[in-house]
Amino acid sequence: MSEHHKETFISKYIFSLDHKMIAKQFLITGMLMGILGMVMSLLFRIQIGNPGESSAVLQWFLGDRWAEGGILDPNMYLALVTMHGTILVFWVLTAGLTGTFANFLIPLQIGARDMASGFLNMLSYWFFFAATMVLLSSLFIQTGPASSGWTVYPPLSALPEAIPGSGLGQTLWLIAMALFVVSSLLGGLNYIVTIINLRTKGMSMKKLPLTMWAILITAILGVLSFPVLLSAALLLIFDRSFGTSFYLSDIIINNEALHHVGGSPILFEHLFWFLGHPEVYIILLPALGIVSEVMSVNSRKPIFGYKAMVGAMLAIAFLSFIVWGHHMFITGMSPFLGSVFTFTTLLIAIPSAVKVFNYLVTLWRGNIRFSPAMLFAIAFVSTFITGGLTGLILGDSALDINVHDTYFVVGHFHIVMGLSAIYGMFAGVYHWFPKMYGKMMNKKLGYLHFWVTFISAYGVFFPMHFLGLAGLPRRYYNNDAFAMFDNLSGINEVITFFAITGGLIQLIFVFNFFYSIFKGSKASKNPWKSNTLEWTTPIERIHGNWPGDIPEVHRWPYDYSKPGADEDFIPQTEPLKEGEIDY
Amino acid sequence: MTNLLIALIAFLLITAVVQVVRVSELLSKVNKEDVNEITEKDNKTQGILMLVVGSLFLLSVVWQIIYWGPLALPAASSEHGLLIDGLMSFTMWLIIIVFFILHPIMFWYSYKYSGKDKGVAFFYTHNNKLELIWTVVPAIVLTAVILYGLSTWDKITNDIPQESQIVEVYSEQFAWTARLSGEDNILGNSDFRLVTAENHLGINMEDELSQDDIIVGEVHIVVNKPVLLKFRSRDVIHSAFLPHFRVQMNCVPGMVTQFGFTPTQTTTEMKVQEENEDFEFVLLCNKICGSGHYSMQMNFVVETQEEYDAWVSEQKTLGAQ
Repeated sequence: MSEHHKETFISKYIFSLDHKMIAKQFLITGMLMGILGMVMSLLFRIQIGNPGESSAVLQWFLGDRWAEGGILDPNMYLALVTMHGTILVFWVLTAGLTGTFANFLIPLQIGARDMASGFLNMLSYWFFFAATMVLLSSLFIQTGPASSGWTVYPPLSALPEAIPGSGLGQTLWLIAMALFVVSSLLGGLNYIVTIINLRTKGMSMKKLPLTMWAILITAILGVLSFPVLLSAALLLIFDRSFGTSFYLSDIIINNEALHHVGGSPILFEHLFWFLGHPEVYIILLPALGIVSEVMSVNSRKPIFGYKAMVGAMLAIAFLSFIVWGHHMFITGMSPFLGSVFTFTTLLIAIPSAVKVFNYLVTLWRGNIRFSPAMLFAIAFVSTFITGGLTGLILGDSALDINVHDTYFVVGHFHIVMGLSAIYGMFAGVYHWFPKMYGKMMNKKLGYLHFWVTFISAYGVFFPMHFLGLAGLPRRYYNNDAFAMFDNLSGINEVITFFAITGGLIQLIFVFNFFYSIFKGSKASKNPWKSNTLEWTTPIERIHGNWPGDIPEVHRWPYDYSKPGADEDFIPQTEPLKEGEIDY
Repeated sequence: MTNLLIALIAFLLITAVVQVVRVSELLSKVNKEDVNEITEKDNKTQGILMLVVGSLFLLSVVWQIIYWGPLALPAASSEHGLLIDGLMSFTMWLIIIVFFILHPIMFWYSYKYSGKDKGVAFFYTHNNKLELIWTVVPAIVLTAVILYGLSTWDKITNDIPQESQIVEVYSEQFAWTARLSGEDNILGNSDFRLVTAENHLGINMEDELSQDDIIVGEVHIVVNKPVLLKFRSRDVIHSAFLPHFRVQMNCVPGMVTQFGFTPTQTTTEMKVQEENEDFEFVLLCNKICGSGHYSMQMNFVVETQEEYDAWVSEQKTLGAQ
């Protein structure tokens, strides 16, 4: 791989083979999709906060077709909920997060010139791009996009007669998802192969930064579970288009019995959640990795319990494969199976607790530098604690009976998975922005963005627990049909207020991001005084990462404030001094 | 209109903030400072903010628990529901305690150890004993949680008395129908192929057992008498959710699911207890099922045996129709 090959506009910015450019493509696509997903959530939030009131915003965004007179159509409400979930879970927090940081960091942190296969890597992005286009096109069709929830349970997702979104919209959703799975597999295989094979001299697995461990484990989870989603989607396509009965049975539509006999929707749920639960950790683990790195660098302390951190991630990853049934306690699944899944689910609390304690000790007696990235890393620990704890309620089958599919669940997973992963992503962007673009992001805007986000995100999702405890089901177009929910409108208004504030403040981030790319102050080579290899590369982007030889690694990445050293950090490339003990 | 105004004002505010920041950035460029370097002053401010905002957050949680906590559902009106409530308050107290231990530590450390130019962090890589402790302690606590949870689950799912009154709950877009099993307490056969405009539930009318079944739009059950609900669905998955009884089970096309419980309070008692004349035990749909998902409902009336007998004698059996 020569550093001097000629680059045209197309080979540099579009069909680039350079992992750094591909990472930026993932990041910017993910950000745009994130904005879209967020706007969708604000639209349906306006509906929930002020049901029945005409809204000019809804009218403007959705037009007469879906919001006649500014009143949201109930089918469009469900479509927005579905697309919001799909976009955030898959497009932003899976592809946007892993795609960005795996591609960007793997070669730089393990000391490689590029990914094992630059071409597959490029394909991975372009499959993702195609998936994005197909998904977006479903927003512009007559019957509307998929509207059966992001989990697309059949029969609702299989019958266009049951909901209009299950027509062409659902077909496009399934095609998009199939393309997405291909993209994710191409990426994932590449990440695994690269981390295993292309580490530079001296970079043993024991010296790997935790970001790399996290991404390696994430990629393994993805490769093992995404194919199952693909098969679930294929069987659903068969049921929808070719008249098979994998998931369908005993269905009456318009007083007519459909021909399907013998299928079971529960089968789909099993297949879906066999991906769906590991998917939660596919989203969370990269954030855990990023936070570990950011927290150690900015506390100027080694991450506490490196081996325990790796062990905890491995344990979480293993357990994540045997807990999917906790999404299905009340589906009619055997109660005995429910017991097994309760047991395995609650076990996850142990490695999670270990991680939290280790983060707290990493802060303890540190010399904390509050960069915006560090603030988001701390916020991550907060949401990980808050959301993780409510998991003890939802994972317990007996308790799940009454909070299942209520707002309690919405609050829980938005905090533990949504906010945590988004905070991890923000931490990563603020932290590695200087490496990506050679510029610094504006600090003050970063602080403003952080505090308003932190406050309003809790303002949105914490009150949801109380809605759930009051029995309010999720995905309700409005709560007026039941007198028992009349006294909840106060909470809903608070949530809507914070949702709008928290949504608008993201504009500051977007502005800061693009403004800094062009006009930000110049970054130095190693602005955070970090040990890892990516900060030994020159500021100018070159394909191949290091102008000369690839550096050799001599120590673990967390020698911060080591007694006896001249500075409070010792890069991994620094040989051990005589008599110096490795960690 | 107000929405639009709010959006406009917010947009103007954001623009103003951005401009202020830009000016300060330009100014410090003139002064040849590195604007984006994190200074000791920043660390101090952010550390204090962590402590202040963190404390405010914890206070707001307390406020929410005090003012919004009472909005939660009233104590369960069923036997197993009380078991669930017990497990719930145990778990809830546990997580509230852990929440209020960990968060203050985190916010305090952030404040206390905010960086100083001459500060030196403590090089502390690991401590096997400490790590073992916080692996083992959560493990022990979780063992308790798991055992308590599983034994409750076991009681709920296995202890269904033989004499339970059997009621079928039938879901469709977007309504509920129920069928009482009549004097024999056995539901007559049904098949989706038998569904017609007249025979809405697809009941086999030739079946002897169907003759005493009663189709109703409101379920009446007897207080302190066990009920076994059997669920069927006509079209898509619905979820039968009776929040006051702590009952929930999906209605899945192609299979029959069930949930047994014993109501412990009558509707009349609840009206008094809740000081609400309009109180009803409601059945909601809790699985996304289409545009009318939010409005599917049916009332469950819990009453004494005498009231029930009077009510049921007025209902027409299928055979009598």
